Amino acid sequence: MTPFKFLEIYGEKLLIAILVHLEYVFVSVGIGFIIALILGILLSRTPKISKIIIPVIGVFQTIPGLVFIGVLFMYLGMKPITVIIALSIYALFPILKNTYTGILSVDESVKEAARGCGMTNMQILFKVELPLAMSAIFSGLRMSTIYTVSWAVLAAMIGLGGLGEFIYRGIDTNNNVLIVGGALPAAVIAIILGLLIDCIQKKITPRGLKGGK
Amino acid sequence: MIVYENVSKKYNDVTVVDNLNLTINDGEFVVLIGPSGCGKTTTLKMINRLNKINEGNIYIDNQNILDVDAVELRRKIGYVIQQIGLFPNMTIEENISVVPRLLKWSKEKCKQRVHELLEMVNMPYEENAKKYPNELSGGQQQRIGVLRALAAEPPIILMDEPFGALDPITRDALQDEVKALHKKLHKTFIFVTHDMDEAVKLADRIVFMSKGKVLQAATPEEMLNKPEDPIIRNFMGKLSYSRYCNDLTCADVMKKRILTVLETKKTLESVELMKHKEIDSIIVVDHEDKFKGIVTIQNIREHGKAGETISRITESNVDTVSVSTNAKDAFDKLIETNVDYLVVLNPDKTAAGIITRTSMTKALASVVWGDAE
Repeated sequence: MTPFKFLEIYGEKLLIAILVHLEYVFVSVGIGFIIALILGILLSRTPKISKIIIPVIGVFQTIPGLVFIGVLFMYLGMKPITVIIALSIYALFPILKNTYTGILSVDESVKEAARGCGMTNMQILFKVELPLAMSAIFSGLRMSTIYTVSWAVLAAMIGLGGLGEFIYRGIDTNNNVLIVGGALPAAVIAIILGLLIDCIQKKITPRGLKGGK
Repeated sequence: MIVYENVSKKYNDVTVVDNLNLTINDGEFVVLIGPSGCGKTTTLKMINRLNKINEGNIYIDNQNILDVDAVELRRKIGYVIQQIGLFPNMTIEENISVVPRLLKWSKEKCKQRVHELLEMVNMPYEENAKKYPNELSGGQQQRIGVLRALAAEPPIILMDEPFGALDPITRDALQDEVKALHKKLHKTFIFVTHDMDEAVKLADRIVFMSKGKVLQAATPEEMLNKPEDPIIRNFMGKLSYSRYCNDLTCADVMKKRILTVLETKKTLESVELMKHKEIDSIIVVDHEDKFKGIVTIQNIREHGKAGETISRITESNVDTVSVSTNAKDAFDKLIETNVDYLVVLNPDKTAAGIITRTSMTKALASVVWGDAE
C-alpha cells in the first residue's frame, strides 16, 4: 500500500487519532507539570523528608503502564480520565525530580547573597531559585513529554483512541501498514514536541545562563 | 553605632562567639581578623541576622536588631561575600539594583543609581549594564558585588573576606577602591579577613579575635607597635615590613620640634636665633601661624639689610609636603630635589614639622630593626 492510498483510506481517522493523542499528551503533561512543580518546590524545602518521599514516588514509576492503566480502568471505567490520571502520574516524576534537584543545586553562595540582600523566602524562590533551576526543569519537561507521547499509545488498550488504536489493530490483524501508520506519527510528534520545548527553553534562558552550566 | 552586648553564639556545644562586647562607631572602618574558626565571620553575620544570636544583644543606633524584621534589617545593610554571589540569571544592572527594586524604588531612580555606581568604579554604563556576570572577570564581578551592597545607600556595609578569592593585583586594586569609597561615602564598614596586610591597609581599627573573644581592638599602628598577645604578634610576623613602611605618612616620620619665627621679626634677631640653635635656616610664619616660607643664613647675608623685617627676604617657593603624604613619596622628593629638608604642613597650612635625611634614616631603621621607642 502506498502512503497516498493509506491516507486516502485512513486519513480522517488518523487525523482524529493524532488530535486525541495530542490531547492526552498536553492535558496530562500539563497536569503533571503543575503538580510536579509544586511538589518539587515543597520537597526542596524539606530535603530530609524528600530523601524518603522521592524514592517512594520512584517506585510508582517502575509499575508498568499497562498494569497501572488496567488497575485504574477497574475502578474508574472506560473514561478519558482514567488515561489522564495514569499519564499525569507518569509525566510527573521526571519533572518532579528535576525541579527538586534543580533547586537544590542552586549555588549556596547565591542563595546567601539573596538572603543577605533582604529577599523573602518567596522572593528567593521566584527571583533566584526557580530561574536558576529552569534549565533542569525544562529538561524534565522534555523527557516527560516525549515519554508521554509513547505511553499515550496505551489509551487504545482500553478503547479510548489515540494513535494506539492503529498500532493495536495492526498487531491484532497482523497488518504492518497499520502499525507503522500509528507508530510513525507518534515518533514524529515526539520529535517535534521535543524540539519545540528546546526552542522555548532557548528563548527564555537569559544569556547569563547559557553555556557553562 | 553598632553595639555588641555580651553576645554569645554556640553551634551545638562549641562556643563560637564568647560573651563579645564591642562598639563600632558610625563611619568607622573596622576589620575583624583572626585565625580561622575564631568567630569573626559569625560575629559579622550576626549583624544582619544571617546567624542567630544565642545570648546577648546587638543594637544598631540603640535599636535591638531582634526587634526589627530580619528582611527589613537586611535591606538596610549592604552585604558582600567572598564567593561574590552575583545572580547569574540577572544582568549587571539588575544585580546592582536588586535591593532598590526590593525597596520599590522607581525605575528611573534605579537606573540612575546604577549609572552613578558604575561610574564610580570606572565601568561605563553603556558597556557593562546589560552584560551578565559570567561575561565579566572575577575582579569586575566583585566590583559589582560591592556596588550591589552600596546600591540602596545603606549606612552599614558588611564584607566577608570579599577579596579572598582574587589574584593579588586585582585584590590590591579593589582594596584601594574600597578604601576610597569609604573615605568618600562615610559609611560604616565591617570587614572580615585573615590577611593582616589587608587589615592594616584598610582599617581604622583592627579587632583581633581568637576563640570567640576579642584579644585586642586597636588602630593598625598601635597593633603593629604593641601587639597585646603572642597570637597577635605571631599573626603580625607574616606582615611584610615593606607594607608597614608603605603605610607610614609624613606625620609618622617627621621631626616635630621645629623652630619658627614671625615674619615681622628683624633680620638680626633671626641670625642670633639661628646661631644660638646652630642651624642655618628657619621657618617663617605669619600671625596666624601659617607657613610663609623659609629664611637661610645665606639669604640674609646676600640680601638682608640690618633692621629690615625678614618677610622681604623670605623664600616662599620651597618644597612642602602634607602630613598625610605617604612617607615614601616624601623621601623620594627629598632625594630628588636635593634640598636639606622638606617642610610638613598641616591641612590648615601651619607648619607641622620637617623631614630631614635623618628622619628618613630613622624611619628605615625602625622598620628594619623594629621601633626603638
